[in-house]
Amino acid sequence: MTATTTAPVAAPSVHTQKRQPSGRMRAWATRAPLLPALIFMIAVTQLPFVATLVISFFDWNSLYPDARSFTGFGNYTEVLTDAALRKSVWTTILLTVGVVLTSLVLGLGLALLLDRKFRGRGLVRTLLIAPFLVVPVAAALLWKHVLYNPEYGLLNGLLHYVGGPQPDWISNTPLLAIEASLVWQWTPFMMLILLAGLQSRDHQQIEAARVDGASGWQIFRYLTLPHLRRYLELGALLGSIYIVQNFDAVFTITSGGLGTANLPYTVYQTFYQAHENGLASAAGVLVVIGSIIIATFALRVVSSLFREEVGRA
Amino acid sequence: MSATAVQARPSSTTSADPTPRRPKGRGLGLVAWLAGIVFFLPIAWMALTSFHSESDAATNPPSFAAPLTLDGYREFFGAGGGASPWPSLINSTVASLASTLLVLILALPAAYALSIRPVKKWTDVLFFFLSTKMLPVVAGLLPIYLFAKNTGMLDNIWLLVILYTSMNLPIAVWMMQSFLSEVPVAIIEAAQIDGAKLPTILTRVVAPIALPGIAATSLICFIFSWNELLFARVLTGVVAETAPVFLTGFITSQGLFLAKVCAASLVVSLPVLAAGFAAQDKLVQGLSLGAVK
Repeated sequence: MTATTTAPVAAPSVHTQKRQPSGRMRAWATRAPLLPALIFMIAVTQLPFVATLVISFFDWNSLYPDARSFTGFGNYTEVLTDAALRKSVWTTILLTVGVVLTSLVLGLGLALLLDRKFRGRGLVRTLLIAPFLVVPVAAALLWKHVLYNPEYGLLNGLLHYVGGPQPDWISNTPLLAIEASLVWQWTPFMMLILLAGLQSRDHQQIEAARVDGASGWQIFRYLTLPHLRRYLELGALLGSIYIVQNFDAVFTITSGGLGTANLPYTVYQTFYQAHENGLASAAGVLVVIGSIIIATFALRVVSSLFREEVGRA
Repeated sequence: MSATAVQARPSSTTSADPTPRRPKGRGLGLVAWLAGIVFFLPIAWMALTSFHSESDAATNPPSFAAPLTLDGYREFFGAGGGASPWPSLINSTVASLASTLLVLILALPAAYALSIRPVKKWTDVLFFFLSTKMLPVVAGLLPIYLFAKNTGMLDNIWLLVILYTSMNLPIAVWMMQSFLSEVPVAIIEAAQIDGAKLPTILTRVVAPIALPGIAATSLICFIFSWNELLFARVLTGVVAETAPVFLTGFITSQGLFLAKVCAASLVVSLPVLAAGFAAQDKLVQGLSLGAVK
């Protein structure tokens, strides 16, 4: 411990040395290693988005390339007034909120269970992580055919033992069916983040609270939960960013049918099957606006955790 | 974010043991075991079904003790006259490995410039990389498709390599930045005094020290590339289709085919399961883009 506390004192002085005023050549020499990655990212991610933005202002069906014309915000009004597209916005919200909240609550429960010592804890952790490590399309196929199949799926097979009903899961509750498969995959993700949060608690403080006679619930409510708040936020926001974009599960389990088409699936269908480039781009821009709203909050949380790390040095 | 933040952590977690010694501890351990088994059950069932014959796989109630066979795997690998999955598995391997390599080549110098010799406003640059990760795939999908169509790059595995690199580069830069900041600056100064140039410093001094972190970063990039479906689905056809695209061939039911579906899902998921368990300890750091350690 003494060895580690002496190290930081030396480190900053070296860093300040390097920030001494230097010539333009020196500045470029420090910047040079960064440039390939930076230029690559701008070229591959920012330019296409600018192109999407431009296309979104044109009435352009790729089956009739000569009829391309500028429509201003025409595509946006069409997207926002189209009943199917509006429904897909709603579906995206339902899917994201449902999956994120459920997996967050389950993940918290599992993280609390795994935070205590018991026989075989490592193995249980591995078992719990496994669902996250199944290829998303494979996981969706597993749920669609092997678990949900109304005639010989595992769910109805198990229900058969207790004499329960034999529902057709996907036809009866299509959106819930997709959500359940995604919750199964994303709960481990939430658990890992929250477990890391639990393990970074100040255990001396908890010990002191216990000595002072605080109950387990009081410690959880007034010490653990406030500490976990930002980890919960981080899990919710990162989960939202990934699930807003979900395509694999919707595409595999229902192929966007039965009212489960979310925005990414709708954008895919609009240009890949309906060839409406302008409309698809406008819908794409709307997805981006939604993501930016979530991302602004996400960046704020990440940067506060990040600054805490830097500040600790 | 320097050596202290990282090194101080383990001592605080090991010094005080959080485990309360109360009788209900054993009961909760049992609950944890039960939860683990419930979450793992679909995978265990998938593995068991993949070794059953098609008729045993499609029974209600399920036949747990049916005789084992490799027929599902034989069917999947094309014994029944279906398309062979090998080209798609090879495409996925090429796309994942090549993009991971390209990510490392671009991310290692960038992370160096953001941690060991930080450029001015290095946190802004770091957050620019992060923000690109939050741009949804559909935001650029159409222009990329049109570009590929006009330049003859459709159905070309190298286009996927470029796109997967851009998908993983932000994660890699963030992870590596946090790993490289653990490299003592004094060692690098010493190498510079000895006259070493940047490539030598990166490969001979920095890389060996940050190797565990670099390995974990690579595994996570590999997983994300291997899993990707939307780009591959839109941009590839018969030549460059990847394993997830091959799996979409099982979306519509083909009579009794559960054993085959299970074998297919398991084979395609094996590399990810292996890579994920290998990177288990660093998984959360990668997935949270370095925000959580």
